[in-house]
Amino acid sequence: MVEILLDATVRAGTPILFATLGAIINERAGIINLGIEGLMLIGALAGFAGTFVSGSLLIGVLAAFAAAFIAGSIHALITVQLRGNQIVSGLALTMLGIGITALFGKTMVGRTIEGFERIAIPLLSELPVVGRAFFNQDLLIYFSFLLVFKVWFFFYRTRWGLAVRTLGENPAAADTCGVPVNLYKFLAVTVGSGFVGIGGAYLSLATTPMWIENMSAGRGWIAVALVIFAGWSSPRALFGAYLFGGITAMQLRFQAMGTTVSAHILQMLPYVFTIVVLVISTLRLQKGASQQPESLGLPYDREDRK
Amino acid sequence: MPDLLQIEHIRKTFPGVIALDDVSFSVAEGEIHTLLGENGAGKSTLMNVLTGLYHPDRGTIRVNCQPVAFASPRDSLACGIGMVHQHFMLVPAHSVFENILLALDRVPNLFSRKKYQAKIQQLLDEFDLQLDLATPVWKLSIGAQQWIELIKLLMRDCRLLILDEPTAVLTPQESARLFKVLLKLKQRGKSIIFISHKMREVMEISDRVTILKKGHSIASLSRGNYDDKRLAALMIGEDMIPQWEKRAQAGDQIILDIRQLAVRNDRGLADLEDFNLQLRKGEILGIAGVAGNGQKALAEVLTGLKSASHGQILAGGQDLTSSNARHSYIAGIAHIPEDRKSIGIAPDMSVDDNLIMKNFKNGTFNRWIFQDRKAIRRNAAEKIEQFAIKAGPDGTPVRYLSGGNIQKVIIARELSERPAVLVALYPTRGLDIGSAEYVHKVIADGATEGMSTILISEDLDELLKLSDRIAVMFRGKLIGCVDPQNTSREEIGLMMSGERQGGAA
Repeated sequence: MVEILLDATVRAGTPILFATLGAIINERAGIINLGIEGLMLIGALAGFAGTFVSGSLLIGVLAAFAAAFIAGSIHALITVQLRGNQIVSGLALTMLGIGITALFGKTMVGRTIEGFERIAIPLLSELPVVGRAFFNQDLLIYFSFLLVFKVWFFFYRTRWGLAVRTLGENPAAADTCGVPVNLYKFLAVTVGSGFVGIGGAYLSLATTPMWIENMSAGRGWIAVALVIFAGWSSPRALFGAYLFGGITAMQLRFQAMGTTVSAHILQMLPYVFTIVVLVISTLRLQKGASQQPESLGLPYDREDRK
Repeated sequence: MPDLLQIEHIRKTFPGVIALDDVSFSVAEGEIHTLLGENGAGKSTLMNVLTGLYHPDRGTIRVNCQPVAFASPRDSLACGIGMVHQHFMLVPAHSVFENILLALDRVPNLFSRKKYQAKIQQLLDEFDLQLDLATPVWKLSIGAQQWIELIKLLMRDCRLLILDEPTAVLTPQESARLFKVLLKLKQRGKSIIFISHKMREVMEISDRVTILKKGHSIASLSRGNYDDKRLAALMIGEDMIPQWEKRAQAGDQIILDIRQLAVRNDRGLADLEDFNLQLRKGEILGIAGVAGNGQKALAEVLTGLKSASHGQILAGGQDLTSSNARHSYIAGIAHIPEDRKSIGIAPDMSVDDNLIMKNFKNGTFNRWIFQDRKAIRRNAAEKIEQFAIKAGPDGTPVRYLSGGNIQKVIIARELSERPAVLVALYPTRGLDIGSAEYVHKVIADGATEGMSTILISEDLDELLKLSDRIAVMFRGKLIGCVDPQNTSREEIGLMMSGERQGGAA
């Protein structure tokens, strides 16, 4: 029972984990990206179409990354190069994603592909309780474990990561140290967006191997909230994404067991949880335990006179 | 010595402002070259041009006789030009190590922490600096943060170091230490551009002085060819300096009695701790201390912007710390805030509107539910004349005024209600000498009429000139009170670095 629930938790949490990691990369460089929901949809459709056309899951995942990378570069162009409003640009990106995927996805509706399959890791998958949930999964989930570590390693052990973190805190400091501010910001936004796209592709390649219009169903917004909950740290993002995945798994389980509580109420739970999480983490922020990058959301203009 | 840097006919304009008009000067190798000028003369703009942050509209920069064009700070760093900015370019949340590491050149993406820590430590030892590399920068004093900035440049092997008013945030002792390091660097052949408007320091350290005035370089003088009077005359020119006299002694009546006051900041640390102070009627009480030692918290708690976590503020025996009386009482306190543009005014609103912000609810400016624009205009015209504000055409947003005139707008507004107490936080910071003297005159005149003033400043000369008593703060605590008549700058400097004064008033 616990094993099954844990397994469902990981599977439900993974797309959100990818999206949260992508959003963290964006925000660490000081750019708020509210286009996560749209990027997930773009990734989901591109991933599905790529696999459907080529027959290769790898090409599907790469297509999802590339499509979201390109879509993200619109946001990067507006917010980094043109110093536009990040909130407005992000919202527009989400709406663009919803619309464009509905339009181009029409031909993909009802088609099927072979999705990702489970690959058991010898020995580890035999472990009691956690074995099945963490070591008998598909390749994308293993990749997500790796990515959590990679993102952390990048930010805290490499010079580029230090430079990107500095951009989010005080871009002028990075600038006077000779860091090419706009280039790094641009890359953080686009690469981050690419990982969000893979999160979307997980939905259409693993969770349910098909394309359904608007299939991300608000998960992108949950990722936006989880970034704050995670305090802009990737290991905490893993925890947050699984917490959310766990609630999703649990409510599905309740429904399957046939409780008398309305299914609508149960389906609401993950979203209610998101609101609760946001309230709690915002309160924590106000208490001064803030890890929020200090220049988050502010455009950087070198010649701006303060 | 050959010239390391030559600057010719630099011009830089911002929308509506000519920041630099025609500036030329040169810096030789191994020279300490001082740029002297009032605020607004263009010193910082010029340095931002030199470091590639601003692009000049006209003019040439030569390094080693080769013309250069800096597209970004990267380019100027590549030429060996580095700067300690007045507003430090540090990330408070990052550790000392991380801040320095980012400034280093040619660090591989996967770097060895140990190797670079050792390198930095070596330099720290060389200059006898105690800095813990793992500490986050926000925990450090401003003085220590400045050392980090300097270390960043030295690690990068810059040949020309620019220091923009480095001593503004230091105690006299810390300044002396900085000068020692600068002289040592000079002996090693480094060139230094030193920006200041403190005449005492300029006389002490410079090999050559260039004076900037309103965007022009008006003179370059070598050591021996100038004295402080000559420099001051060149710097100020024909600007009028208002005259004022310090009036009689303060009265005995205690206006404010602060007892064991404590204030916590956003990070939960104590900004003020066990703070006791009494303010008498008509007294100018100077508060000395290096910036960031709780002065801001003191001003904010007195003016109602922050609440105390412990202790009492008594006025005439009434406890005002948290009661409703506080609100009505605060109405009688005038506040000249530290950051005049972001707290002192509403930058995009007109001078007229800014002048009535404190008392717009009074009947005087209202007719039924509408504003009485005529009365507002009349009030503004009156204040503009009385305080000699250069306000531009009617309806000009305050942001377009110069710093000195913005300060006059704030003062005119704050003093219009004849307050009992004035809390002035760095009221002359960034002002030219004429405007600064004007502020001094207003404070001194106010005291004559019975207004009590808490004057928080980092300029010891200002405090010594104006105050009846000087209280010294260090790390949120009161170190002691001294009489400016018989206390030296050095004694106050020692107290500013935390040494307690035995048996002082």
